Amino acid sequence: MSDTLVKVEGISKKFCRSLKKSLWYGMQDLGNEMIGKRHGGNGELRTDEFWAVNDVSFELKRGECLGLIGSNGAGKSTLLKMLNGLIKPDTGRITMHGRVGALIELGAGFNPILSGRENIYVNGSVLGFTKEEIDRKIDAIIDFSEIEEFIDSPVQSYSSGMKLRLGFAVAAQMEPDVLLIDEVLAVGDVGFRAKCFNAIYNLMGKAAVIFVAHSMPQISRICSDILVINHGECAFQGKEISKGIDHYYTHFAAEKEWIGGSGKAVIHSIKLESGDEVKRGIEIVEYLNRLIIHIDSEIDKEVKNPNISVIIVNSELQNVAQCSSFMNGKRFNNTGKRSHISLNLGKINLNPGRYSIGITITDENRGEVLVKHQNIKSFLVKAEHIGFAPIQILGSWMEE
Amino acid sequence: MNDLSLKKTIYTPDSSLASPGRMLREMFTDLVAARELAWRLAVRDIQAQYRQAFLGILWAFILPLANTFAWIFLNSSGVVKIADTVLPYPVYVFTGTMLWAIFMDALNAPLQQANAAKGMLSKLNFPREALVVSGIYQTLFNASIKIVLLFGALLFMGIMPGSHLLLFPFGVVSLILVGTSLGLLITPIGMLYTDIGRALPLLMQFLMYVTPIVFPMPKEGLASILFSFNPLTPIILTTRDWLTGLSPGHLNYFVVVNIAAVALLLVVWVIFRLAMPILIERMSA
Repeated sequence: MSDTLVKVEGISKKFCRSLKKSLWYGMQDLGNEMIGKRHGGNGELRTDEFWAVNDVSFELKRGECLGLIGSNGAGKSTLLKMLNGLIKPDTGRITMHGRVGALIELGAGFNPILSGRENIYVNGSVLGFTKEEIDRKIDAIIDFSEIEEFIDSPVQSYSSGMKLRLGFAVAAQMEPDVLLIDEVLAVGDVGFRAKCFNAIYNLMGKAAVIFVAHSMPQISRICSDILVINHGECAFQGKEISKGIDHYYTHFAAEKEWIGGSGKAVIHSIKLESGDEVKRGIEIVEYLNRLIIHIDSEIDKEVKNPNISVIIVNSELQNVAQCSSFMNGKRFNNTGKRSHISLNLGKINLNPGRYSIGITITDENRGEVLVKHQNIKSFLVKAEHIGFAPIQILGSWMEE
Repeated sequence: MNDLSLKKTIYTPDSSLASPGRMLREMFTDLVAARELAWRLAVRDIQAQYRQAFLGILWAFILPLANTFAWIFLNSSGVVKIADTVLPYPVYVFTGTMLWAIFMDALNAPLQQANAAKGMLSKLNFPREALVVSGIYQTLFNASIKIVLLFGALLFMGIMPGSHLLLFPFGVVSLILVGTSLGLLITPIGMLYTDIGRALPLLMQFLMYVTPIVFPMPKEGLASILFSFNPLTPIILTTRDWLTGLSPGHLNYFVVVNIAAVALLLVVWVIFRLAMPILIERMSA
């Protein structure tokens, strides 16, 4: 038999949009609770209420990691709060085995007047450590935080990054059976963030983990299961991480377009072409298919040497690829008339996910930005599998 | 098979009152688990409070002291005519305001602690009892400073406490007991609606004037009924009598009020536990 540590059966939670009503419902709930009635009534919504989490179920064993994704306000934190026992579900049932640890709030209970060392004891107690445990671990905590120099100074003199370091260092000492993590917690500068993730991986090995993630590569790297929440409902659930991430992106309305520049150039329209059949206006590119961008633009005839630059940005707003006509040695013959330009980007080896395209036209002679479009178009790269690096190279492998 | 040594936690929409046995067990295990955290929080608050204040622990009694002087002045200058007291009036009013201050500390502590910990409450699961117990620790700490001062002042004014002094700690405990019960009673609603926190000082001001703090027990009229009916009267009078070497005259009512306070504390403790998840939901929604 397996070691199921978390069992969630059809849990739901109602929230209220109006503050006054919310407080009043709180009083009613309190009254019902005190006469022994169950929370949430018979599952009906009162005025101004909505389902923040609706009928979510899953099971998790030790060593498994459930990635929880969804846009802001989808119900991830609410679900986490129910799992942590902070709020009661309105329907359903949660069963947990063992110590539950939450990496949700760092530095809880810190008092700014007290020194870092004193606050380690306070924060440790809030997380459920005994004094002896903290005595034993304090060197490891101070060591991890890398702020030994300031450990006896009051915390109010710390920078926000230092406070979070100290908070994380304490939390990293937990030894939970069930671990709830909000990813935003991996904080600080690059070096410390890597350290945080290593600490999280160490905790993960020994626990059943529920991981609220915001970066998709992270999800595909560490999660064994995925749950996509949209408006409180479970939109996708399963072990196929890439499918889940796909699902997640379909819920995301593309960012609005942003246009800037001096206005001496105009981009009238842009179309994408991909696949073998010549079909215009696509939004999905199969991994390793070619991608052609058709640009319909007009550039002021004064500009003798225009440079068109295309930038591909991933969902985490990282610039992952660029193609510049100037760098490619292409010179355009600008007459000042409206013209069609097509750009073949070749085989697309980007990691599956959503990307947006930005186009900038500059005057190479004067360095002037004529027009700049961000998010002019977006497209989805699709594949059977998903990696966690931005470029997925098609290598040729050989056994020698 | 699941490892049986692992603690099993279940969350459902059912009210914990539906299974009272389990609820009682959980209440006491949580209380035990809360001790260390409560101590840690109390030490934190006391250290921080006094480290940042130039006057330090003086603040524990500056307010009642100022109050005492105000009333001594009002009485001696004849602005207010106060009936004679068995004790010299300065002793009467000083002991009264000091004991009242201990009661007020205890009364305010639960709501104050819960409000100050709102951020923690809505993010982390720790035994909620820790907040209440931490409040009691802090009240006890502040009370001990006041009591040291009280003894000093009494000796200075030539009042010799008798053998009844041995019972005085019971008086202090019952002040804190009654204060904590009432304070915990208003905490759930007080966390939801700020009205409670605002109305409380007003109400307590009134209550102080119908308790023998600065005025002696009136002999007749509506005031006399109010004074003798007020459950705080026997607590204050008995504690003051034990402190100043008089034999207490309201011992029966004192015992009744204490028993009632213990019962009330148990009930409001249950309410506090039931209310917490509901309050957190409304605070963070």
